[in-house]
Amino acid sequence: MTTVVAASTQSMLPHPYAVQQVLKETADTFTLTLGQPNGVDANRFQPGQFSMLWVFGVGEVPISISGDPDEPDHLVYTVRSVGEATQMLVSRRVGEAVGVRGPFGKGWPVKEAEGRDVVIIAGGIGLAPLRPVIYEVLHNRQKYGRLVVLYGARSPHDRLYRTQLADWARQRDTQVLVTTDFGGSSWRGHVGAVTTLFKYARLQPERSVAFTCGPEIMMRFVVRDLQTLGLARENIYLSMERNMKCAVGFCGHCQYGPHFVCKDGPIFPYERVGSLLGKYEL
Amino acid sequence: METLERIIAEHPFFAGLAAHYTDLLTGCASNVRFDAGTYIFKEAEEANEFYLIRGGKVAIEVFAPQREPITLATVGEGEILGWSWLVPPYQQRFHGRAIVPVRAIALNGKCLRTKCEQNHDLGYEMLKRFAGIMEQRLESTLFQLLDVYAVGR
Repeated sequence: MTTVVAASTQSMLPHPYAVQQVLKETADTFTLTLGQPNGVDANRFQPGQFSMLWVFGVGEVPISISGDPDEPDHLVYTVRSVGEATQMLVSRRVGEAVGVRGPFGKGWPVKEAEGRDVVIIAGGIGLAPLRPVIYEVLHNRQKYGRLVVLYGARSPHDRLYRTQLADWARQRDTQVLVTTDFGGSSWRGHVGAVTTLFKYARLQPERSVAFTCGPEIMMRFVVRDLQTLGLARENIYLSMERNMKCAVGFCGHCQYGPHFVCKDGPIFPYERVGSLLGKYEL
Repeated sequence: METLERIIAEHPFFAGLAAHYTDLLTGCASNVRFDAGTYIFKEAEEANEFYLIRGGKVAIEVFAPQREPITLATVGEGEILGWSWLVPPYQQRFHGRAIVPVRAIALNGKCLRTKCEQNHDLGYEMLKRFAGIMEQRLESTLFQLLDVYAVGR
């Protein structure tokens, strides 16, 4: 009992990290690189896990880790400024402190995906929790089949990781397709919902595993189309988002049916949450 | 050598279409190319053709005063461009602009409408296929209208 309490207390304590870099991705989205001041290599995480980031005196927010799992000397987060805490977070200057708890939660099943094609379908800032999967696959190319990345953004200006998207598209056995909801006359890419990209994707449904993250309404239709294309439901995983507070399954704020998103997720097999997706009350 | 008949038969839009219908369609078809930047059709023009896109990408645009045209959708290889030829008053609703060089098969809508009136089985086949395209475009448009990536959605 004492051990459990001690472990829980430990997970509730934020550790001070220093901002190493703030990179502007879009008008309201920034990527922060945080390092521990003493350089301790204590940042191992699974792709898909999240941390609780504290802005001291303001508040705490759950943010997915968007960096490279092979670079544990720092932690990377892509943050959209939508409220006071996130606004303060993205306003941090290099050298300033941010409190970090975590990493928490269950990540994408990248080990189980070995030997298969990996299909990633992301919308908006949903690409951030999937970027570690892309790093993982590209660092271990021989372990995976084809990598297909389908990404939908609001407009050409709202695309995350633009340089990297172009770099990934040049990698062998990798297909990257980007679409936007709105396009101007200078945009030469696709325009339309992210599901419209399926007809251009080089998919092999019978040997694929699919990971999707984005607004829930998007994921519902993505899952529908994946199944229509022949992907087995047990090979579909999605990232759920709820109001996470304690991050360890104590407070119940992130309850989603019988699950706590912070502890049982945020990554779920579709089979575990599929029946909950259409429930208005949840 | 690729014949028009074979290209039409192999286009995904006409997958599974009976050979005698393909023959009928071929009589209304021609090979076309458009340079990047070319308007394939413009809003309010008579809609006399639709296109089976074989390569390239076309922006479906709407004109907005005092701002650049808004791209509502793009269509590319394996897709269909234009369905206004099928529905009175046979008038283009939007602009169609080649973003990159486009290769396509143009099907003459007037010619095809006449054949559909003469052969209702062919007309039903066409309607079923175009209804599917309209349903997909409508769903995509609804998603875009939902603006799901906006803050607070």
